[in-house]
Amino acid sequence: MAEQLARITEVHDLGMIALRGDLDAIAAALGMAAPDRTSIATEGDRMLGWMSPDEALLILPAASRAADLSRLTEALADRHALVADVSDARAVFDVIGPHADDVIAKLAPIDAGTMPAGHLRRTRLAQVAAAIWRIEGGFRVIGFRSVADYMRLVLANAAIPGSGLGPR
Amino acid sequence: MLILTCPHCGIKAEETELHNGGEAHLKRMGPGSSDEAFEDYMFARKNPRGVHLERWRHVFGCNKWFIAARCTMTLQVFGTYPAQTPAPPDHIVQAIRAARPDWNPTEEGVSE
Repeated sequence: MAEQLARITEVHDLGMIALRGDLDAIAAALGMAAPDRTSIATEGDRMLGWMSPDEALLILPAASRAADLSRLTEALADRHALVADVSDARAVFDVIGPHADDVIAKLAPIDAGTMPAGHLRRTRLAQVAAAIWRIEGGFRVIGFRSVADYMRLVLANAAIPGSGLGPR
Repeated sequence: MLILTCPHCGIKAEETELHNGGEAHLKRMGPGSSDEAFEDYMFARKNPRGVHLERWRHVFGCNKWFIAARCTMTLQVFGTYPAQTPAPPDHIVQAIRAARPDWNPTEEGVSE
């Protein structure tokens, strides 16, 4: 009973680049395969997530974000496209533990328990926008940094010991 | 609870993930139109008890607009299609007619 449902940790070392435009052209500029609808694909130390029919999110180590930003801006210069470094506009939380799906299920209107790996679900976390996908042992949640305090609070609250959703 | 499938991302989104945008397929009346036509376009909205075509935005998801055909009385959803569609597509009309044989797409939203 004294165990938290899941451990909530904030992740700080991620770079994120928002890409808008034709997804095939963006994928070609990246040298990665275009992501399938509502999926997130890993390639080496990079991840490419499908955000909407004309938007993708590149997640990469913070160290390589400046180099990738200028490389992508150059590659997409002759197209109608947006390349924006949004690393500092995002808050990232890892929700890891045996009952991580209970924590997510309390806050988002999604079936966290049956969410497949590789699926990127944009939804709401309590009252704020978030994107959620599976990582080993739990979920990774990204949201806007302006509401990071709120996200930290609701996640910690949903993980209070003894508040699991299963029958007792 | 209302659950609509976003035609852009295929997510079955629950009502709280969406934002309602009111009546769909309005014809814009601009400069040169009569005062009556502009007043109609600006203020008059259908509020049917029955089949209604309305605009929704997947605001906590892919952020795209789409149109949902649903019954305001029974909450039956007949289907959704992208907002860039000027008139209800055939498969939506057929789905509505299967449940409401009298419904006429030229006066959408005014069945019963």
